[in-house]
Amino acid sequence: MKIVVCINHVPDTETKVKIGADGKTIDKNGVNFILNPYDEFAIEAGLKLKEKNGGEVIALALGGETHKETLRKALAMGIDKAVLLKDDAVRDSYSTAKALAEHLKTMSADCILFGKQSIDYYDEQIPGLIAEWLGIPSVSVVVKLEVENGKVVCEREIEGGHEIVETKLPAVISAQKGLNEPRYPSLKGIMAARSKPIEEHPAAPCANVVEVKSMQKPPAKAAGKIVGTDASAVPELVRLLHEEAKVI
Amino acid sequence: MTKILAFAEQREGKFKKAAFEATQTAKKIADQLNGEAVALLVGDGVEGIAAQLGSYGAVKVIVAQDARLKNYSTTAYSKVIAEIAKQENASVIILPATQMGKDLAPRISGKLSAGLAADCTALKIEGGEIIATRPVYAGKSLVDIQVSSPVKIFTLRPNVFTATPGGNSSPAIQKATVNLTDADFSTKVTGIRIAEGRPDVTEAGIIVSGGRGMKGPEHFALVEKLADVLGGGVGASRAVVDAGWRPHDEQVGQTGKTVSPSLYIACGISGAVQHLAGMSSSKYIVAINKDKDAPIFQIADYGIVGDVFEVLPALTEEIRKLLGK
Repeated sequence: MKIVVCINHVPDTETKVKIGADGKTIDKNGVNFILNPYDEFAIEAGLKLKEKNGGEVIALALGGETHKETLRKALAMGIDKAVLLKDDAVRDSYSTAKALAEHLKTMSADCILFGKQSIDYYDEQIPGLIAEWLGIPSVSVVVKLEVENGKVVCEREIEGGHEIVETKLPAVISAQKGLNEPRYPSLKGIMAARSKPIEEHPAAPCANVVEVKSMQKPPAKAAGKIVGTDASAVPELVRLLHEEAKVI
Repeated sequence: MTKILAFAEQREGKFKKAAFEATQTAKKIADQLNGEAVALLVGDGVEGIAAQLGSYGAVKVIVAQDARLKNYSTTAYSKVIAEIAKQENASVIILPATQMGKDLAPRISGKLSAGLAADCTALKIEGGEIIATRPVYAGKSLVDIQVSSPVKIFTLRPNVFTATPGGNSSPAIQKATVNLTDADFSTKVTGIRIAEGRPDVTEAGIIVSGGRGMKGPEHFALVEKLADVLGGGVGASRAVVDAGWRPHDEQVGQTGKTVSPSLYIACGISGAVQHLAGMSSSKYIVAINKDKDAPIFQIADYGIVGDVFEVLPALTEEIRKLLGK
């Protein structure tokens, strides 16, 4: 089975976001980039599929030099090969997906895995776009995945429950937290990752369709009030919620 | 004339509230652009609910039905929506950013080569163009974005846009014809498991949420009791989910769910920035924490500094009295 996991890096969640000089993107100075947390579930799912079905798992990323570190993390978890589409253009989800799809067309993957979203932009667009352009089915927000002889049975999260979805390979799957417990890279894996090659290819040209006009801090919230201490404050809190906020 | 198509999500013959939000927003945008808003309903045996969309501003409701569309299918539903958008010459498509909407929008985007502004919290018109605002970096900043392709798609974060009924309750109903082959149903929903009981956090109007300050899974009964008297959902911080105290579908935060209830009550939650990312767009926030310096108090509208084990039962009782339960 040929499995491709598309991964990305994101600013770690402790990052204090500063708006850059262009007023449209964040200032990347001093930002620590980590593997997108949702992508870890996708990598683990890929490794599990390989363990069950044989074949190879390839990590694919679009980006620059800093993405190599992210690919090495995937290699250290057990991924067989890493591919980087080298590009430093500022892309929207659409043109990122376009470049990934163009390369994926040359790969004939049986299963293409993603984290459900990246925790910087929360766009949740790339898996569906790629599936559409490859002409294959997609299942998003997957919390359970079973693949047997090319038949796929998933559970995906919906409001208040789960949908059971059936499809066939080749397919795109995006992973939700709860799909699995991502393994920690072993020391052996980390050492091996250092010498595994990262294949580099150019990325298809960038043609964005969504333009950022400006980035701003969210409006400052008006200071709230401490109503009081302990249970004695409860009647006043309830009065405020009922009469002032009118939410109960 | 700008034609705006609003996808009105229904499940089991009932509209999601977010479907009304999408319909009403489409109408508001259409009015500002001298255009027309049309709603689209997809399913089987659902024509009876179509008229409800009229009171949210739909001038016309297109109903696309087929026995095979009774259950959701990513590939079939996205084909129907894209086909209808083309038939109607819609240059703007609005969907709710529900699980269904977020699943469909990128596939429609790919089919129509239409740029997608996802999970928007505001739409405004500037110079005849739609400018969408959306949170990024877990809500630490907001971006204003513009779609440059001829056809533009917007998905709207649920519970943020208004859905106030009032307009004309008899819109024109039009039956759609879309040619669907079995190959279009390459993904099929074959079953649904709905958790009985409390509303899902992403749809709840009121959420009571617990963190490490609850000191153990057994104490979450206090959180649940308060949620139940308010008819709300139960949320959780990442720490208690990772500790196995609560299921991950209750997790609110940067690596969990994003919620926008009218009221969010944070119990024993310190207010780490990653948690705030998931709930800061709540209309009102109440914090209960025994640490007066907990960061949560900086974004709470109302706070009580105190022990959750004392405050929660008292709060539950006081609300029970108020609501006459």
